[in-house]
Parts: sequence; structure tokens; C-alpha cells
Amino acid sequence: MNANDSGRILLSVKNIEVIYDHVILVLKGVSLDVPDGRIVALLGANGAGKSTTLKAISNLLRAERGDVTKGSIIFDDERIDQLNPSLVVKRGIVQVMEGRHCFAHLTVEENLLTGAFTRGAARASIAEDLEKVYSYFPRLKLRRSSLAGYTSGGEQQMTAVGRALMARPRMILLDEPSMGLAPQIVEEIFGIVEDLNEKEKVSFLLAEQNTSVALRHADYGYILENGRVVMDGPANDLANNEDVKEFYLGISTAGRKSFRDSKHYRRRKRWLA
Amino acid sequence: MGPFIEVLIAGLMAGVLYSLVALGFVLIFKASGVFNFAQGAMVLFAALSFVRLMEFLQNTFAPILLSLAITIVIMIVLALLVERLVLRPLVNQPPISLFMATLGIAYFLDGLGQSIWGSDIYTLDVGIPKEPLLLFESVFEDGILVSSEDLVAALVAGVLVAGLAVFFQRTRIGRALRAVADDHQAAQSVGIPLNYIWVIVWTVAGLVALVAGIIWGSKLGVQFSLSLIALKALPVLILGGFESVLGAIIGGLIIGAGEKLSETYLGPLIGGGIEYWFAYVLALAFLLFRPQGLFGEVHIDRV
Repeated sequence: MNANDSGRILLSVKNIEVIYDHVILVLKGVSLDVPDGRIVALLGANGAGKSTTLKAISNLLRAERGDVTKGSIIFDDERIDQLNPSLVVKRGIVQVMEGRHCFAHLTVEENLLTGAFTRGAARASIAEDLEKVYSYFPRLKLRRSSLAGYTSGGEQQMTAVGRALMARPRMILLDEPSMGLAPQIVEEIFGIVEDLNEKEKVSFLLAEQNTSVALRHADYGYILENGRVVMDGPANDLANNEDVKEFYLGISTAGRKSFRDSKHYRRRKRWLA
Repeated sequence: MGPFIEVLIAGLMAGVLYSLVALGFVLIFKASGVFNFAQGAMVLFAALSFVRLMEFLQNTFAPILLSLAITIVIMIVLALLVERLVLRPLVNQPPISLFMATLGIAYFLDGLGQSIWGSDIYTLDVGIPKEPLLLFESVFEDGILVSSEDLVAALVAGVLVAGLAVFFQRTRIGRALRAVADDHQAAQSVGIPLNYIWVIVWTVAGLVALVAGIIWGSKLGVQFSLSLIALKALPVLILGGFESVLGAIIGGLIIGAGEKLSETYLGPLIGGGIEYWFAYVLALAFLLFRPQGLFGEVHIDRV
């Protein structure tokens, strides 16, 4: 399966350049496509530009004094790179930020309800969606009246995803969902992501450092290094690629190698683009 | 016992008025993390607008209601202007810059209000009864003397606070306001527009300022010194906690009652004048021993 021949392209990022504070060039021409109804993973090390790419799409960048200076972002055939974050949410893209960012002093249920802010006062359908979120995350129903700040990391991640769902998005930008969570919880959350993708037809663009989990659950992947896309392909191909195996999955043909054994310049391979 | 309760009640009533001013601070601080130095100036501006409009409209059928309505519109326009001209250009700047900007707003409003509406002392009469009431004559030998003006003020403040509590806890916008207070970025990520929220909090703070201005104004007359009652709100906030609506109320009551009681009972021992510094010394003690105040937000940190 290839991103370019599997259905309609829902989101298309075209050659964007992002500059922070007018001087720091972070993205040096990133392009990627998310087909409708797919899960696309954005992989790479710390500082590669994964979060910045997501924030450029949701336009939360402006709040950090970042700016998209070149290129365009097209969602559902319309340019969205000049919209404010609230309008982006109205169009159907919601970002779940890195580190969850739940509203600590609101209860779990209130957190979920804030997600429906852009839908106005449509009480009946919001109550319906609340039940739907609880059916995906039964654990949240048990914790519905506790303050989000006092729930566990996994519950907070679920609250954050559930809150995004309340906006009835067509696409969720998921930033580092595995951060600080036990492997079991990570699996659970990725399982729900796949579930949502299948049943609710929500497309996902997820930024992840945990390459192996991300490639197992995604359809397609992009690898970012230093603000550029250095490689992309169907998740299976990437998972079997020798370089990806060695540098992101920690497996090499020679079996497990000690970090010390590899030559210094080989420790971190750079794809020069 | 009778006189003690009388002083206590007088103090609590005065405290309600401090609370009203402190409330305006809390609202803006909660939603935007900005300490709004201009709250006192807003009280003066609202009161001046109201009292002068009442004068101009005195021959119409309902001068009080009309000028109230117009003043509300003025406060909404003010909130819109503050958002557009001050807050929006300063977005993402450090809090100290925003604080300095509110200092600027304070001076600007003081000047603007007085040059449009005049700088005399205006008496404000909205029909609050002035004669004191004698209560509980059967319980205490001389009964308890309560100023009916203060009683009305307390009632109005009570209604206002109850209204705000419902607004914050039960409505969609109120929830969004609390969400913004918790985490700006997350609020933006779920599509809550910050600009809109700012206009709303400044409007609500403006309306609270108007209520405070009317009550204080009818007690003391509308004059420049109203702008300075903001200084009395500061110890109230330190006592109650900057983020707590409840704290503003309780803080105001404690300071009001403490002031009057210490003036009456300790004053004669040290020659009086306690009323003027009591609040500040209490605030200082709080800063030393409980800097977050009585009801300040506990920071929830996961480790």
C-alpha cells in the first residue's frame, strides 16, 4: 500500500519551512500526505521537527512565536495555514499535545466537555458523544468526577484523546502518545487509536519516538531528521529497512551490538538531503 | 455582647465591599494570569460614567436603568478595546509586560474618565435606604444597629458571587474560562479562542467593577479616591489567594471584620489608627507564612 494510491488525500503538507523567533530554522521543507482514513506515523529523534510539524498544521505554532514561512498546508482541498487554531479545530483537525496537557483542575468529564467547545450548545449530541467516548475508554467513566490532575498518566492520555474526539474531528494529530507510559498502557492506547480509526473513520497523524510501536500500528511512515523528511514508505517496508532497523529499532544483521563497538561516526547515521 | 456583634457586622459589611473589588482582580488573574492593576481605575470609570449619565438622563422615564444599561455597554466596549489594543499585541510576552500594560491602562482610564465626565465629587443616589436598622432587640439589651446600606451591599455582593459561581461551574463558557486558566495552550488545542475568552473576562470584570463602583459611590460619593480602593483589595487577595473567587470573599470579610474589631478593642490601647494598617500587616504575615493565601490554588504536580 502506498500513501499516494490509496484513496483521497485528506491532509497535504507541501514543502513547509518553519522559523521560530524569526531566526531559528526548524523545518527545512517538509512535505507529507495523510490519506483519508489512514494512520500515518511521523518518526524521528528528539529535535527532528515532529512536534513542530504537528503544531504547524494545528497552528499552535504562533503561540510559541513560530511561523510557517514557506510552503502550504492543505486540508480537504482548502489551505489552512493562515487559520487561527480555533478555526482549524472547526474544520476538523484536533491536536493532542505532547505531555497530555489535561486541564488539571477540571474533572475528567469537564475535560471531555471542553473538547466540544467549538460545537456550541448542541446538548443532546454532545451528551451522546460523551457516552461514545466512555464506551471507548471505560476507565474514564469510573474516574469521571475526579480532577484530571490526580489521575494516572494513562488515564490522562485517554482523557486527552477523548477530549479531542469530542470535537468530532476528521483527523487527530497525536503527539508522542507513549511518553512516560508503561508498555502495556501504550499498547492499550494504540489499540484504541486503531479502533477509532476503523470505526469512527478518524485519520491519524502521529508523532512518535517509539518507532517499533508506531510502525506496528500505522499504515505509512515518514522519518524526519534535522527538519527534513529523509525517508518514507509503507509501515511494513520501513520496519524491514536495514537502516531503520539499525538506527531506530536497535536491531542489526549482526545481532545486538554494543553501542561502544560501533565507530563514533557510525553511531548516528545521517541521511544527507 | 451586643456592641461586639454590632462592630463585627459593620466590619463584615465593609469587608463585602473589599471583596467586590478583589473579585474583579481574581477573575482576570484566573483567566489570563495577568494581575490587572487597572481594576481600581475601572471601578472609578464605571462609577463616574454611571453617575454622570444618571444626571444627563434624569428627566427620562427611568434614569437609573437607562444609565445602567449604557454603562454596561461602555464596559463591554472597554473590554473589546483592551483586548484589541493591549492584550492581542502583547500575546506571548512575559507576565511583567502585561502587568506594566495594565498600569498604563489604569492611568489612561483615570485620566479619560475624569476628562470626559469631570473630576468633582458626585453624590450617587440609586435609592438604597440610608437609615440604620435596629435588629434583635429582644435578644440583646440595646439591639444591634445595622446600616441598611451595608445590608443591601452585602445582598448584592451575595447575588453576584452566586451568579459567578454558577457561571463558572455550570456553563459552557464558564468551563472554557477555567480551562484557559489551567492551560492556555491546551485550551487553544481544543479550539477555545483566547481572544474571545479575554473579552468575556474583561467584560465580567468590568461589570463587577460597575457594581462595586455603584455601591462604594453611593456610600462615599463618586470621586477619584475610588480608584485607590484597589490598594485595599491587594491584602484581600494575598489573604484569600489570587486564584480563588471564594478566597476573595472570605479574605474581604476577614479583613473588614479584623479592621473594625481591632480598631474598636485594640485602638484605645495604642492610640487608634489601626484600621489604616491592619490589612497590610495581616497580608505581610500571610506572605511570610502562607504565601498562596487561604484558598490559593494548590499546584497539582505528578512525579
